[in-house]
Amino acid sequence: MFDMLAQPFFEFEFMRRALLGCLAISVSAAPVGVFLMLRRMSLTGDAMAHAILPGAAIGFLVAGLSTEAMTIGGIVAGCLVALLSGLVSRSTEVAEDSSMAAFYLISLALGVLIISVKGSQVDLLHVLFGSALALDNDALVLLISISTVSLAVMAVIFRPLVVECVDRQFLQSVSGLSPVAHLSFLVLVVLNLVGGFNALGTLMSVGMMILPAAMMRYWLRELDALLLGAILSAIVACLLGLLASYHFAWPSGPAIILSLGLGYVLSFIFGVNGGLVTKLTRRKKHLSA
Amino acid sequence: MTIAFTNVTLGYDLHPAVHHLTLEIESGAMVALVGPNGAGKSTLLKGIMGQLQPLGGSINLGGLSNADIAYLPQLSQVDRSFPVTVKQMVSLGAWGQTGGFGRLKAEQAHAVEHALQQLGLKGFEKRMIDTLSGGQMQRVLFARLLLQKADLILLDEPFTGVDARTSEDLIAQIERWKVAGKTIIAVLHDLAQVRRHFPKSLLLSRRAIAYGATEGVLTEENLNKASQFNEAFDDHAEPCVMVGEH
Repeated sequence: MFDMLAQPFFEFEFMRRALLGCLAISVSAAPVGVFLMLRRMSLTGDAMAHAILPGAAIGFLVAGLSTEAMTIGGIVAGCLVALLSGLVSRSTEVAEDSSMAAFYLISLALGVLIISVKGSQVDLLHVLFGSALALDNDALVLLISISTVSLAVMAVIFRPLVVECVDRQFLQSVSGLSPVAHLSFLVLVVLNLVGGFNALGTLMSVGMMILPAAMMRYWLRELDALLLGAILSAIVACLLGLLASYHFAWPSGPAIILSLGLGYVLSFIFGVNGGLVTKLTRRKKHLSA
Repeated sequence: MTIAFTNVTLGYDLHPAVHHLTLEIESGAMVALVGPNGAGKSTLLKGIMGQLQPLGGSINLGGLSNADIAYLPQLSQVDRSFPVTVKQMVSLGAWGQTGGFGRLKAEQAHAVEHALQQLGLKGFEKRMIDTLSGGQMQRVLFARLLLQKADLILLDEPFTGVDARTSEDLIAQIERWKVAGKTIIAVLHDLAQVRRHFPKSLLLSRRAIAYGATEGVLTEENLNKASQFNEAFDDHAEPCVMVGEH
């Protein structure tokens, strides 16, 4: 048992790196995902993941398979799309989801164009799916820095962000922080997607945000508990995914996300808050007062 | 701190939602803002808060800053599915002291307790807001207002979706504010309620139809006049050049 669970991490450095990288993503991305879910913006995460592609591609063109260049490119492209769509929807009467859809589609098309003209299929696969088992020192340092910054920003904007979600008009009546909270949050989404893409790829790193949050909604009600639960479930899924990846020679990103997916399916079947089984078996009893 | 509107026009995309408004609301007044849907009532509140810049004219708040204004949004604007507790929601009223980042001091925590007590929310502190009824939620928002200790209180449809007993309790709170010398402006639809509790009224339908003592404002003639305005914007309207037609 011990051999199966812990031995790969003791024996191989690449497994320890992968674990460290994934833990860092778990801690910073899962809370962002909780807010995305509660704001009914789960698909925005997906849109943003596509939006960072051309930035990473341009970084790749300029500097080859360099972590820094692709990361910086991704952050710039993602923030550009987030800020533009935020500003366009706040300065015109267009809802943010449509302006974001417009900008991310433009961005994605540009990214695919750049990669297919200048790169190869393999590069595209790396950007889309990443590889936790091939994290080098630079990538690891970058990832942990991004997680740290993301956690710090989240801690600072926490209250304005919560109020922005619950009661934006109140926030606007007491302070000018409403756009700050909203835009910093979108930047956090971008940062975490970019942070995750070396380990998991742009598409898979969305899963690290959305799935833990969606899963925990079936078990927990309070915000603090949701945030903590999401982080813990992400960490457990990383462990399981990496082990499955090691023992069965599966690609690590999909293995991690599928562990989360399994947790999600179990949660919506057995979860105590509106899970299927609870709904079907709940006895027709109620309290007396 | 008289609030003075001088020839104020507020609107969106150059279309006036409130047109050439000139009047004064004196300190300590308790004013009902009455008018048909689309008459510009919420727009006027936004103008007072400075969230909407006038297209013309000026609003003078007599030295009040944003921190002195407390605003109750329409209940429908609050996302009640978001997991926060009653106590957390009420505590936000202390924003003026804590800001976006500071923590609640003992004195403010005490004020939160008092506000919960005052609005009959004892025992509800830990409830999530998505489990509350419409009336209970409105009590929470009033408790938050109470905590804001503002001199000017703006209420946007405070009694919509609220039962009789709760609205009596909320009106009692509004009357306590009046006794404390606060200025209150409330958007209301129930005319009987306005006649019972609000000494002054402003009847608005884009422009001010009437303003003053409630019984003189809510006459059949005025109410008819107010209901006969065109709710749709006229895209081909000429630019307005009249000044102070009111």
